[in-house]
Amino acid sequence: MSNRSGKNNAVLAAENVSKQVSSPEGSLTILSDVSFSIGAGESVAVVGASGAGKSTLLALLAGLDLPTEGRIWLNGASLTELDEDGRAAVRAASVGFVFQSFHLVPSLNALENVMLPLELAGVDDPRKTAVNILREVGLAERARHYPSQLSGGEKQRVAIARAFATEPAVLFADEPTGNLDSRTGDLVMQLMFDLNRNSSTTLILVTHDRSLAARCEREIALDSGRLVADSRAAA
Amino acid sequence: MKAFVYAIRSFGRELRSGEVVVLLAAVALAVAALTAVGFLTDKIGRAVARQANEVLAADLRLLSPEQIPQEWRDAAERFGLQWAETQSFPSVVFAGDANALATVNAVSSGYPLRGTLRIADRLFGEQRVVDGIPARGKVWADGALMARLGVDVGDTITLGESAVTIEAVLTYRPDQSIGFASLAPTLLVNIEDVPASGLINEGSRVRYALLVAGEESAVDEFYADVEERLPEEVRMRNREDSSERASNAADRAQRFLSLTAVISLLLSAVAIAMSARRFAHRRMDTVALMKSLGASQRFVISAASVQLVMLGIAGVIVGSVVGFAVEEMLTRMLAGMIQGDLPDAGWGPVGLASGAALILLVGFALPSLIQLRNTPPLRVLRHDAMPPPPSRLLVAGTSLAAVAVLLYQAIPDGRMLAIVLGGMLVTAAALYLAGRLLVALMGRSRGAVGIAWRYGLANVARRGRDSAVQVVAFGLGLTVLLLLSFVRTDLLDGWKRSLGEDAPNHFLINIQPQERGSIAEIFQSAGIAAPQFVPLVRARMTEINDESVKTREYPMDEGEWMANREANLTWADELSTSNEILDGDWWEPGYDGEPLVSVEEEAAMEMGLVLGDRLRFLVAGQEVEATVTTFRKVNWDSFQPNFFLVLSPGALEEFPTTYVSSLQIDDEQQDVLLSLVRAHPSVSVIDLGAILEQVQSIISKASLAVQAVFVFTLAAGIAVLFAAVQSTIDERRFESAMLRALGVRRRTVLSGVLTEFAALGFAAGLLASVGASILAAVIADQLFDLDYSFNPMLWIAGLGGGILLVCASGYIAARGAINAPPADVLRAA
Repeated sequence: MSNRSGKNNAVLAAENVSKQVSSPEGSLTILSDVSFSIGAGESVAVVGASGAGKSTLLALLAGLDLPTEGRIWLNGASLTELDEDGRAAVRAASVGFVFQSFHLVPSLNALENVMLPLELAGVDDPRKTAVNILREVGLAERARHYPSQLSGGEKQRVAIARAFATEPAVLFADEPTGNLDSRTGDLVMQLMFDLNRNSSTTLILVTHDRSLAARCEREIALDSGRLVADSRAAA
Repeated sequence: MKAFVYAIRSFGRELRSGEVVVLLAAVALAVAALTAVGFLTDKIGRAVARQANEVLAADLRLLSPEQIPQEWRDAAERFGLQWAETQSFPSVVFAGDANALATVNAVSSGYPLRGTLRIADRLFGEQRVVDGIPARGKVWADGALMARLGVDVGDTITLGESAVTIEAVLTYRPDQSIGFASLAPTLLVNIEDVPASGLINEGSRVRYALLVAGEESAVDEFYADVEERLPEEVRMRNREDSSERASNAADRAQRFLSLTAVISLLLSAVAIAMSARRFAHRRMDTVALMKSLGASQRFVISAASVQLVMLGIAGVIVGSVVGFAVEEMLTRMLAGMIQGDLPDAGWGPVGLASGAALILLVGFALPSLIQLRNTPPLRVLRHDAMPPPPSRLLVAGTSLAAVAVLLYQAIPDGRMLAIVLGGMLVTAAALYLAGRLLVALMGRSRGAVGIAWRYGLANVARRGRDSAVQVVAFGLGLTVLLLLSFVRTDLLDGWKRSLGEDAPNHFLINIQPQERGSIAEIFQSAGIAAPQFVPLVRARMTEINDESVKTREYPMDEGEWMANREANLTWADELSTSNEILDGDWWEPGYDGEPLVSVEEEAAMEMGLVLGDRLRFLVAGQEVEATVTTFRKVNWDSFQPNFFLVLSPGALEEFPTTYVSSLQIDDEQQDVLLSLVRAHPSVSVIDLGAILEQVQSIISKASLAVQAVFVFTLAAGIAVLFAAVQSTIDERRFESAMLRALGVRRRTVLSGVLTEFAALGFAAGLLASVGASILAAVIADQLFDLDYSFNPMLWIAGLGGGILLVCASGYIAARGAINAPPADVLRAA
């Protein structure tokens, strides 16, 4: 219990987290005994080769899935003790997402997509907040456009606006530039880091792009489901 | 946020996806089919009631030996009813030296309120429907009366103290069966001519009648109003009295139609289930995203339910519009068959249909919704993360419950419902197995064919389960259509054939015993074989096994009617050729002992008779008791004079007897009838040909209308096909793109897809042809006693129609997948 106080200060903590799945060849270990804690406002890159367990770790940290063993705390809530709706409530209050393939709701326009998490969290006047943040990402005039009418970069900017709209405690980004060309990717990442700096949001960035990882304050490296390095960039 | 707001916000764009259109169409089809059937059965029911009312020439008829009091007419007026009066009495009419007894029917304007009068401009001339009644000073006379008087149209006759002119020959009045006992031929006169004739005096035997007609509810109110105040001697006759048998037939038609609607409904349900599966599947990504953003399971299922309900409502609206359009079409089709204007179908059928469609939607879409609710949020990161499939118990439970609720409307009897449900399950399982067998056989044959064919047949076999469902759904739709279009005509032809070329087309009734010889001579001299004369004795059944027919319990209502009505008895030494003994032994030739009676099988069943029962009759004031010794089956279609009750020779010979006969008289031989009625004015001639023609026209119109309803069944089959194609559209799009990227030409891909649908269509057509042929044979044998002959056209239409329809609808459903640019598809995958 020596690190208990550390977890209380941390916005995100994993303790001895393992994940096994059953497969035709028997039980498969994807994550094995991973522990760390992340403080408020940190920016952390999760790196590793394909199949190292990055996305699985992200899913567990965000409460999208449950570990086979171990415990996870997010913004004071013990995710591993909550049911699906309980974890959803935690996400609504404290989590934002940016995905590789954007994941905008195709039947809602840009503004409505940004309003969605605000409305789910029960924020007052979601429209005003959404309009403001769309302006911040430079898409005010695209508010009425549907995802199919937007370019890849624009879609990701809408997704970023949506992720920051609720001023989440933690923002998870899963290969956010994976589907973008490098120039657009750079612009999108610049936007994300700017927003991260201006808010107190903790950024968890899953990537295999070393240069992107290097822009984060801290790097957690995974290999075959094990945590192999946890290093802070030189200040 | 309220799930409702989200659901509404995204609904507009959701509407554009293919499965939503299919879902909407399936709901709309179910509603349209039910609305149209509801409407049709309603109309048929009313038509039958109307036709029954025609016998009364009104909706309600008050019969009185006294003058109709003014207050009854006032009451009729008060309830907004039409009314007319008739006075009927016997009177001798004169033409020069000749005179004859007539039944004078004096009618007021408006008569008949139901049905029509028909007249001809000369004896045995062509008859036509006429509006109105004879003008004052004019009369329309029964042909027999004119023959007896030796007068023609335009001649003047004397009626009491006044002279009237014969304006036309009266060939038909709707209420001619009322008061049949008075066999004197009718003279139809204007009621305003009666006072001048001075024929009605104190003590005259006049039967007064007030006829009323109008809105059903108003008639009922009028009935309730006057019922208690009617004097003892006034009799009331309404539809219920005269139409029990007719309405039984209508009930059966209603059941039959309801069952066909249920087939459309079940097929729609399959389409709903399939497209709901797709609906849920396509929303999984969005649901996973919503959950990752913090949406609860309740939110997710509420939003999807709201959208589904909105779809249901949209489907109900579209379906109701289509249903109403079909109603309009059917009204035109049925014009002429239903006399007069029928009130428009109300909103009742639409309400019922909408309720049914929503029940279907809930029952068949619920499992998919529940599955959607369980979508793991992990799916936003791992696209292969799927919710667990809905439990089979849930799927079977909700769908069976929905079907049971719907069927309960049509069959409100627990045991029957269980039997029908069980039967449906067994039938569906058998059809499904047949479908799978066909699909498997086609899959096997793909080694022997080229690339496009192989690709198509491989597709059929790969999606074995869905293919079988499509084959069955389409096959069912096709079966009912084939059954109606071919089998109907086959059966009608068969029936006509069974009547034979020389089936009688004229009945002669009211032949006196001494007239037989001379009537036979009249026909023989015209080159027509002398007809057979069958004796007829009027009687009333009084007791069965010493128990009064009035108090006896009958197994069926028809039995009570049968036992209490005036009975026409006959006797015979030998069994008529159109009869067949089912039970017991016919009496020995020359039998002359205690009276025995042979009873027609259905009548016996309705009255609950067994062999050995004793029936007592009152004949001309004397009692006759006869023992039931045989039950007979009668071929009524033979148009021979036939009787429910046939007694042994000698039992009735001492009683007043008339004879009836039937014979075939061609159009060019009509003159013989003229000589017949001139020589034997009391004999009545009934033209069966005209009646037969009318029956055939009614059957063909009615079946055309039913066919229109069956088109819904086929449309529901098409909806299933669309739903099935929709559920594989992503797969198809990807495959097509892959093949084309590998260098396969678009045309080859297209022919592969067409092969697939042609194979499905062939299987469906085969199933339908086999099904329709078997059903036709069963119907012909069991219901019509006909031999059904194989009709190659049915098979050509079944197979050809199946292939063509499935190919066309399949192409429309899948063309988007074939035409999508490969690069786009492969990039998106």
